[in-house]
Amino acid sequence: MLLIVCPYCGERSELEFTNAGEAHIRRPSDPSALSDEAWAAFLFYRSNPKGTHAERWRHTHGCGKFFNALRDTRTDRIVATYKIGQPAPMVETGAPDAATPRMAGRP
Amino acid sequence: MGGEHSVFALIKGGLTGHRSWARQWRDAAPKAAYDVVIIGGGGHGLATAYYLAKRHGLTKIAVLERGWIGGGNTGRNTTIIRSNYLYDESAALYDYALKLWEDLSQELNYNVMFSPRGVLMLAHSVHDVQSAQRHIHANRVNGVDNEWLTTAEVKAFCPPLNTSPDARYPVLGGALQRRGGTARHDAVAWGYARAASALGVDIIQKCEATGVRRDASGAIEGVETSRGFIKTRKIGVVAAGHTSLVMQMAGQSMPLESYPLQALVSEPVKPVLPCVVMSNTVHGYISQSDKGELVIGAGTDQYISYGQRGSFHVIEETLAAICEMFPIFSRMRMLRSWGGIVDVTPDRSPIISKTPVKGLYVNCGWGTGGFKATPGSGAVFAATIANDDPHPIAAPYALERFRTGRLIDEAAAAAVAH
Repeated sequence: MLLIVCPYCGERSELEFTNAGEAHIRRPSDPSALSDEAWAAFLFYRSNPKGTHAERWRHTHGCGKFFNALRDTRTDRIVATYKIGQPAPMVETGAPDAATPRMAGRP
Repeated sequence: MGGEHSVFALIKGGLTGHRSWARQWRDAAPKAAYDVVIIGGGGHGLATAYYLAKRHGLTKIAVLERGWIGGGNTGRNTTIIRSNYLYDESAALYDYALKLWEDLSQELNYNVMFSPRGVLMLAHSVHDVQSAQRHIHANRVNGVDNEWLTTAEVKAFCPPLNTSPDARYPVLGGALQRRGGTARHDAVAWGYARAASALGVDIIQKCEATGVRRDASGAIEGVETSRGFIKTRKIGVVAAGHTSLVMQMAGQSMPLESYPLQALVSEPVKPVLPCVVMSNTVHGYISQSDKGELVIGAGTDQYISYGQRGSFHVIEETLAAICEMFPIFSRMRMLRSWGGIVDVTPDRSPIISKTPVKGLYVNCGWGTGGFKATPGSGAVFAATIANDDPHPIAAPYALERFRTGRLIDEAAAAAVAH
């Protein structure tokens, strides 16, 4: 079980939180203008990295707010949490695996 | 291969400390070139190689395995086999696999201990009952056996189950697929490895794919490995939780996310549980192995991860559900728990597909329930690779479905919430 630092409430047990998937995926401003490929990429394609993953969490059984976290998917260690709207902090996370997929560019 | 395991060989082995047995498959070193290279030496990859050799007459095939045969998810699952899926495409795929399971031991000349002891899926609420009835009718239309048991019939079929109306989640009935059951997962990997090796397939362990080489036109030229470059025009990626990483080597992103899934076993006891029992609502599934251990499957963690472990609270929740269903097991001691990394698709159905890269094929996304499909998955993927054209059963599982929206939405498929 993870200990997660909510940016609003501090350190709490994972049981209070809900993971909400990969972070920083912006909904296209004009979906009907997109190709089917670009829409599929937005809906379904994820970076799934073996290394640092930016992901959304919600403090469901606490303040109820969404926030973002950087977590190493090899060790599950959370290296930073930050508020929605803030850029991902630059943190030293060690060398990523050679095979780690890059964050795919998305609309 | 029959003679080497005769009764005389057995006696001789018994008298000489069982040191005279031949290896079950050749521990091959990589050659310079192959017609087809399969990346991933789990059950699905080995089955693919076997059917490529057996049904399609290919001889120059290699299976690359980063670790050892049967050391990944093939040796980590809860060995449940069933085909009672809702949608037509799923029924076609999983029931094809189930039919192959039925004579797989004869096909491979290796006892995979397939045991069609029945898979019983419990209903605890009005919604469960309606959902189960819908599955039963859909299955019967597709020629897949599945039948409704009343609470009393459930109790008669599975006596250790608590069917008291006072239970926290009372059993209102259950859907039973009698043809479903279990098999010995290690034996499936070993049996396919042995049979494929006998047909000339090179099974190369401790050989990690590190890159995919493509020619000027973009087509597959070969695969870089930790044991050198291997030339090939066709690569089949069957790498389960690491499929995203392998596909990225060929420049392909995937609609996949990898989650830890846990299972655990108890101390061995005498036969007590006659069938497989699954409950969607309280989220537990359980069977008893031939060794006597209770084999219990838990859920995935809520976040993606490549650490082959899971959170303790996940198995705690599962054991709470098991104790609720089977108070008789409440004082059993658990011996081992472990995790495997499963690759989950958005619609919870697998991907068996050609890719935009010529010569690159992928079989992945089996999520939390791939073991049951092993023979069928291998057979239809082998046909897809050999003919460079999707097998009719595999065709709906192409990658294109995420672009066209023609999803096979088996969110209920694993019978547990993902």
